[in-house]
Amino acid sequence: MGDINTAMAEQYRNNFLKEVEANVEEGQWVKMCMQCGVCSGSCPLGPAWEHPPQEIFMMIRAGRRDEVLKSESMWMCTSCYNCIVRCPRELPITHIMHGLANYAHRLGLAPKMNPTRRFAKKFWNNLAKSGRVNEIELSAGLYFMDGFKTGIARAWAMKDIGIGMLKAKRLNPFGFVTHKGCKDKKGIHRMLKKAREIEDRRKGFAA
Amino acid sequence: MADVVATHETIVVVGGGISGMTAAVEAAETGKNVILLERAPSLGGRVSQLYKYFPKLCHPTCGMEINLRRLRGNKRIKVLTQAEVRKIEGRAGDYKLSVTLHPRYVNENCTACGACGEAVSAEIPNPFDYGMSHMKAAYLPSLMAYPQRYVIDPSILGTADAEKAKAACKYSAVDLDMKPETITLSAGAVVWATGWRPYDAAKIQPYGYDRFANVITSVEFERLSDPRGPTAGRIVRPSDGKEARNVAFIQCAGSRDRNHLKHCSRICCMASLKQTTYMRERFGDEAQSTVYYIDIRAIDRFEDFYQKVQADPTVRFLKSKVANITEDEATGDVILHGVDTEGYHRYDNRHDLCVLAVGMEPSVDVRSIADVRVDASGFIELGPTDGGIFGAGCAANALDVNRSVQSATASVLRAVQVVNRVAKAEG
Ligand SMILES: Cc1cc2nc3c(=O)[nH]c(=O)nc-3n(C[C@H](O)[C@H](O)[C@H](O)COP(=O)(O)OP(=O)(O)OC[C@H]3O[C@@H](n4cnc5c(N)ncnc54)[C@H](O)[C@@H]3O)c2cc1C
Ligand code: SF4
Ligand code: SF4
Ligand code: SF4
Ligand code: SF4
Repeated sequence: MGDINTAMAEQYRNNFLKEVEANVEEGQWVKMCMQCGVCSGSCPLGPAWEHPPQEIFMMIRAGRRDEVLKSESMWMCTSCYNCIVRCPRELPITHIMHGLANYAHRLGLAPKMNPTRRFAKKFWNNLAKSGRVNEIELSAGLYFMDGFKTGIARAWAMKDIGIGMLKAKRLNPFGFVTHKGCKDKKGIHRMLKKAREIEDRRKGFAA
Repeated sequence: MADVVATHETIVVVGGGISGMTAAVEAAETGKNVILLERAPSLGGRVSQLYKYFPKLCHPTCGMEINLRRLRGNKRIKVLTQAEVRKIEGRAGDYKLSVTLHPRYVNENCTACGACGEAVSAEIPNPFDYGMSHMKAAYLPSLMAYPQRYVIDPSILGTADAEKAKAACKYSAVDLDMKPETITLSAGAVVWATGWRPYDAAKIQPYGYDRFANVITSVEFERLSDPRGPTAGRIVRPSDGKEARNVAFIQCAGSRDRNHLKHCSRICCMASLKQTTYMRERFGDEAQSTVYYIDIRAIDRFEDFYQKVQADPTVRFLKSKVANITEDEATGDVILHGVDTEGYHRYDNRHDLCVLAVGMEPSVDVRSIADVRVDASGFIELGPTDGGIFGAGCAANALDVNRSVQSATASVLRAVQVVNRVAKAEG
């Protein structure tokens, strides 16, 4: 991973904007930002961001590669779409935030302990394994990711919701054993592998 | 309307704002016969609704007066008010215009004595004040109205009020039996000068124009500042009538925005800068104006004006497009939320009143009336070379008065060429 990072930094030296345009989902939109501030002001999580979207876009243009890619900021996005709806230039801000987070993750620069990143990884691994999310396994994995004691405390705090979901048949309590996943698991794995290969080739990640 | 004579050599000007009046006068002064059609009951357009106009901050009455004198003194100009063009057919040198003449219910005998207005009791919202005041249903459209003739609003027809108006008139000027008429006019060329209208501010949902009393538009602020306006020039809040000393101006409200108008309306930066001078004029050092902007577009020589306003310590500039507005229900204050671009600081700023510098859009969808080319925003563009319909003023672009007048002159030059060509061909 670190190797891709060096390769990319080398290839796009001094032009982080170009790198973002080439490698980040919807990255070609970044240059359209006119720095009006509406997205940052509209984000419900705004006060919690170190660098709101508007600032991230400016930092990209200013070539502050490390600061952007190592930032916790884009991991704050909850996909509420408020920014997209209001942006006077119709930038797909939400997608760019996820694109940046994903790219930073691919390069191995994303903050290791960022909770969104950790959850996203768990979600992906869970999903990719059988082609269908095993909810009980995912929730348990999430609660217990910081050890047994915190796991028990978290699960206890959420117990009412959990019971509610069981009653509404939204959670299969026997999922650990009975979760079936999709029929052609091997086919799904092949498909995902192929998709990854295509993406890597297109973005020049392939060795 | 048998006295309207129009031929292939007539130039018809549609819209009697500053652009249309200029076009009519200039075309007539080159010796052409002109018919000026205005949809409203009087000439003047939106400039007459301004308190003052930049850059010199003179009163609109002054410029209007000069134009009216030139217009009245010229025998070649025929003015028809309450005249709405429905359809234009034909081609350069040979157009037919279908025009609806709406009844005024008052004839040429009117001396504007005002007795009918006093007799009537029904009141209607006054469009001259953008509905911020009410007036009698028999009215003079404005002090400067040309023609100086009263209008009876159709809403009182068939009521006792209409009869009262008729009875009050000593000059037999009230004629309640007038009917709408449709006439057809010939023209060699047409100057289309129907101007602009303010973008509907209620569509900018996060700003709450339709929800918060103390969020108003820039055109309403002009009326609020005018001593002849709804508050006699007192800058007060609609919610409680308290003086508004701390006022926020939001730029690009509905302009430069792909969710609203794509174009820059070009005049609204200058309009807000001008309106901060109204604040200083009223409240002196007590005034507090804050301009929220993306970038200030004070074009060419207006830069001086901008610098003067920047030097005024009562005016603050905050580089940020406001994200949304909320209202403090207890006080009626408005609170503006956003992030500024110079440092990315989050703010929640309280103001007495918020003025939205709304954008300009074309006042009519001209393509449903005539075969002309328009740009992405609906402004008329120069058509194919053999066309004889020319946009002027804000029908052609978002322009200030000075540029509107230039644009009108340019269109007259084109129209005159078309008419001359026809005259030559007809020998
Ligand atoms: C808040 C604000 C402040 C401004 N302040 C200034 C300033 O200080 N200085 C400056 O230079 N400019 C200023 N402007 C710009 C100025 O208002 C315009 O430049 C000017 O109004 C353009 O004149 P016009 O004749 O093209 O259009 P209008 O003034 O809109 O006139 C058009 C006329 O056409 C008529 N009409 C419309 N449709 C029809 C139809 N179908 N048939 C017949 N007639 C029709 C209308 O009734 C109207 O009389 C300001 C604008 C705003 C929004
Ligand atoms: S709202 Fe759009 S144009 Fe404005 S700062 Fe955000 S991304 Fe840029
Ligand atoms: S979509 Fe993401 S960045 Fe946009 S407003 Fe919502 S949380 Fe903020
Ligand atoms: S209609 Fe008659 S009463 Fe009314 S203003 Fe004109 S002259 Fe006076
Ligand atoms: S003139 Fe100023 S306020 Fe108006 S649209 Fe252009 S930049 Fe915005």
